[in-house]
Amino acid sequence: MAPSLHFSKEEVDALTNMFKDLGKANPSRPEKLERTQVREQLHVQFGVTDDIILDRIVRVFDLDSDNYVNLSEWLQGLSVFLKGTYEEKKQFCFKVYDLNDDGFITREEIFNLLKSSMTKLQTEEDPDEGIKELLEITIKRMDADKDGKISRDDFSEAVDADILYLEHFGSCLPEPKDVEAFLKVAATYPPYRATYY
Amino acid sequence: MGQTLARAAQWTSVSEGGEGKLEFNKANELLLNSFIRFVEAFPSKHPQEAALVFKTPLVWKTVLDTSEFSGDYERSDDGLRSKARDKHDQPLLFVEKLGELNHKVHVSTLGELSNLLKAAGNKKMQEARAILEANRDPVAKILGDGFATVEGEDNSTLRLLDQASKESGDQSAEENQTKLRLLLLTQQFDMELMRNSIKELSQEIRLTPQLVNNEIHLLQSFAGTDGGCALESIQHVLEYEFDNGCHAPPWRQVNGDICYLVVKPLDGDEMSVTANTSGCYVNKGVTSNMDDSNFDREGETYKDLVSLLSAKSRKFQDMINSKEFALHEEKKTEQLNAYEDANADDEPDRPMEREKTKEEKEEKVIKEKTRKSKKKTSPSKKMQPTLNWKNEENKGKQEKVDKPEKKVSRQASDRKTKTPALEEEYSESSSESEEEEESTDRRQEQNSDLPSEYWQIQKLVKYLKGGNQTATVIALCAMRDFNLSQETCQLAIRDVGGLDVLINLLETNAIKCKIGSLKILKEISRNTQIRKAIADLGGLQTMVDILQASDKDLKCLSAETIANVAKFRRARRTVRQHGGIRKLVALLDCAPIGSVPVTPESEKDVEVAKCGALALWSCSKSTKNKQAIRKAGGIPLLARLLKARHEDMLIPVVGTLQECSSEHSYRLAIRTEGMIEDLVKNLHSENQELQMHCASAIFKCAEEKETRDLVRLYGGLDPMVALLNKSDNKELLAAATGAIWKCAMSPENVSRFQELKAIELLVGLLNEQPEEVLVNVVGALGECAAQEPSNRMAIRKAGGIPPLVNLLTGTNQALLVNVTKAVGACATEADNMGIIDRLDGVRLLWSLLKNQNQQVQASAAWAICPCIENAKDAGEMVRSFVGGLELIVSLLKSDDREVLASVCAAIANIAKDEENLAVITDHGVVPMLAKLATTTDDKLRRHLADAIARCCMWGNNRVAFGQNGAVAPLVKYLKSPDINVHRATATALFQLSRDPNNCITMHDSGVVKPLIDMVGSEDFALQEAAAGCIGNIRLLALANEKARYK
Repeated sequence: MAPSLHFSKEEVDALTNMFKDLGKANPSRPEKLERTQVREQLHVQFGVTDDIILDRIVRVFDLDSDNYVNLSEWLQGLSVFLKGTYEEKKQFCFKVYDLNDDGFITREEIFNLLKSSMTKLQTEEDPDEGIKELLEITIKRMDADKDGKISRDDFSEAVDADILYLEHFGSCLPEPKDVEAFLKVAATYPPYRATYY
Repeated sequence: MGQTLARAAQWTSVSEGGEGKLEFNKANELLLNSFIRFVEAFPSKHPQEAALVFKTPLVWKTVLDTSEFSGDYERSDDGLRSKARDKHDQPLLFVEKLGELNHKVHVSTLGELSNLLKAAGNKKMQEARAILEANRDPVAKILGDGFATVEGEDNSTLRLLDQASKESGDQSAEENQTKLRLLLLTQQFDMELMRNSIKELSQEIRLTPQLVNNEIHLLQSFAGTDGGCALESIQHVLEYEFDNGCHAPPWRQVNGDICYLVVKPLDGDEMSVTANTSGCYVNKGVTSNMDDSNFDREGETYKDLVSLLSAKSRKFQDMINSKEFALHEEKKTEQLNAYEDANADDEPDRPMEREKTKEEKEEKVIKEKTRKSKKKTSPSKKMQPTLNWKNEENKGKQEKVDKPEKKVSRQASDRKTKTPALEEEYSESSSESEEEEESTDRRQEQNSDLPSEYWQIQKLVKYLKGGNQTATVIALCAMRDFNLSQETCQLAIRDVGGLDVLINLLETNAIKCKIGSLKILKEISRNTQIRKAIADLGGLQTMVDILQASDKDLKCLSAETIANVAKFRRARRTVRQHGGIRKLVALLDCAPIGSVPVTPESEKDVEVAKCGALALWSCSKSTKNKQAIRKAGGIPLLARLLKARHEDMLIPVVGTLQECSSEHSYRLAIRTEGMIEDLVKNLHSENQELQMHCASAIFKCAEEKETRDLVRLYGGLDPMVALLNKSDNKELLAAATGAIWKCAMSPENVSRFQELKAIELLVGLLNEQPEEVLVNVVGALGECAAQEPSNRMAIRKAGGIPPLVNLLTGTNQALLVNVTKAVGACATEADNMGIIDRLDGVRLLWSLLKNQNQQVQASAAWAICPCIENAKDAGEMVRSFVGGLELIVSLLKSDDREVLASVCAAIANIAKDEENLAVITDHGVVPMLAKLATTTDDKLRRHLADAIARCCMWGNNRVAFGQNGAVAPLVKYLKSPDINVHRATATALFQLSRDPNNCITMHDSGVVKPLIDMVGSEDFALQEAAAGCIGNIRLLALANEKARYK
């Protein structure tokens, strides 16, 4: 087990139980969860609705990119997601926003992330216009090295200056009350027994 | 209309649409009305011209709905067109539909325009406004760009005339002629408009601080209660004058306020008046405590003080109308002619221009004149009051020469001699101030091009409204990147409706949006207008609720924003009414500071407490909030935070305590909770602001003796004296000197101050300090001198007497009270008295008896007592003040006990000189003293009895006192618990008992028993007087018996 989990023993147990319980839905591979399963959990438990963000969070969970989340990935992912330190959260958010995992957040990626953020604008105007404008403002503000895209360092610097930039391109971390709620839910799963027969 | 619209109409500089708007004022309304009348009547008067098709149609967004158009129109889904068409088959009127309630109108002839305005009904005004706002130069639209309004020479009419005559016979020539006629008609209309608006404009000249101050000075010299005065008093509410001549605080100056006055007319109640650059008006009672003041206008605005007073007070009006001004009229016309001659050469060609410049010129001359005569009036016939005053002034001077009695009013005569100099100064600077006015105007014009920030902010606000949480946060962050401390940005946010959105965001559940919004609100709420707007939009309620949030950042930001917003009374009340005080006090409750270990959590708590203290500091300026803080248990929490080491924590905490210590309960609590020690400790701080608040807290708390002792015990006197060297920070200096003043009320403290050589330092501060400092410095010197005789010498040696005497000529009442006290205390020493006498200080003191403020009167009268006692040849000196004795006797009519007591004491001293006693007897001092005899106030009794005793020495005053019924009440004084009263009374009775009738009255009132008791007193003077009185009564009895048995 990774040494840097932020959970207590009980919490680890509870989350493990939850993982195993969810794994039962897929008898052929009980040691792994499908991405869609994790997605559903995140959606239900934390009310994350943005499809792109949801997908990205799960991909960030899935460290070995095998399309499945195993127990270790589950625990490590949740550890950051629920109780991560400031630095961890910064890394996590960056990874989520870096859609193609190339180490930079580009204009296109931001545009994709913000695509659905303008809802109630006047009909006569092109909503993309507003998104592009916000995008430009943001790039201008965050791109410290002026290469037209946001690097890890750019992002970290902007967040250090103002914590509001942490979840700048979409909410991807749970609110404190949701964290507690989730852990409570996890604690309700029955202890897992390896064998039934 | 081009010229008038371009020049006379008043356009606003900032607006939502980007184009300038017509201001909502009288001049513009007049203009619009004329415009409507002109257009509506046009088709019937000039049908041919009305049918002329415009070069380009007038286009504007209408306020009308399509349904309101009646007549020959085709309706369609996208709008409405007229059936009448021009030669290109375009409709003459075309209404384009932009949105649900948004129509754009295109009009191509004056005839159609007239129809439209008729159809507009009661929205006529609004519609005309819209037309002119969208088409700032209608003539250019109607006739083509060649006719656009230009400044200076304009040959377009001639060109058109040429064109028309050249192509005569042609069909286009006919059209040109129509055009020409139309142009001439519009120009005619333009002239008419211009003339009207100039008439209107010339009535409103903006006031400047100089003009107002001059007027006040002038009026002050005619204030008083006797026959020749026009009003009773005129006083500044705020004495402090800023560099620009305004007395109003800076945050009101931005609204154009110049100063606040309390005016008491002879025939009416006191009025509170605001002098604004736009004129003078009665306000709802501005007091020197600005925060609780009501600045709103009540009633009409007048162009200057004199006209306001004329309207409010009949007596005032009668008084100024009864004066003549023949002399000045002549001079004025002369000057006007000279002016015109000088400009005759370069007069422009166009008659209209000429007309205009002439009028401008006249206005200028008038302005010039008014400046010279130190008064602002515009049309020449309205100058009467001004000139009257000048004459009155001259007259006054003459009177002075005729009747030397007036000499006493030294202050008034001083002012008079000063006025010529002032006048010169102002006429010199007049051109300068005119330039200034112009330059501000120009700036405003430039402002009509809105800064780019405005548009960017408008866009961001749109995204705030339209975006989801993510977009909102991005927009908030982007908004924060603007320079929010800049007023343009602050107001831009408000003007584009951003405040509503920001405040609405506070009610959402999204923490990030709330934080972002609060961060912006916190910055922009430094602006007074924004504060008001936030309070109006109900932002305080929401912020008060957020104080209970679980997120500490939110709490902090919310408290900080409340701290900014609650700078005015209504906001503070709102905070209290929504339970904000309790919640803010709850924020103060953090773990004891300095406790180990320091975790990020506890640091955060400290931060929250700091923000809470900041907000409480702002709120604590209202009395009810002070009580609320106490009731919410804030005092012990504040006491705990006072132990902190960080200045940014200490400043708001001490600031709050300082504000609250105006309440007795707080002063007690500050003492009993041991906060004095901490306050004293923080006096040693490096931070001047903190030192200032500590000193001012001590200033307020040291009203109480126990506190003063504590300050000394904790060694607080030394740092206070050390602060006297910080002469560059006036606020700090004012607080420190205030604390010294109050502390000096304890004799023990005075001796410590002596050791610290505070007297010398204080005397050094008597020059060139603002009044707030001077009041305290002089107060401190007064206390030191009163308590310890050697200090009087120290003040003299440090050269303090001349500046003190000099300050007697001031006008600040608080200062005068202290100065008179200090001078009085110094005068108890003969050497000092010599200096005071040489500097004519007694005369100055005497003239202060005329001050309207009763405290000043009383304090001056008290100061006069030692002066008379110690001056060489005091009797002669007193006599030299012509009218002085009459004045002091007349003060016996006062209704203030302190004034009465002090005047009695002064009279007792004056009466030592027989000649003076004779004079005051002539002035009727005996019946007036006798009338006061029924008082129950021991202080007054004592000095009254003294005065009576002294006054008995002349003529048949003894008998007169008896006849005026003063004897029987005096006997009652013997029952008073105060031995000083007994002594004075016994002396008076002894004197009175030399008249047999008085003896009988005394005896009947039962005087013998108490007197016999007093013979046994330990006080020799009392013994003697009592015995003497009994002796006299006894002698009378013996004489009676003798007579009976003869």
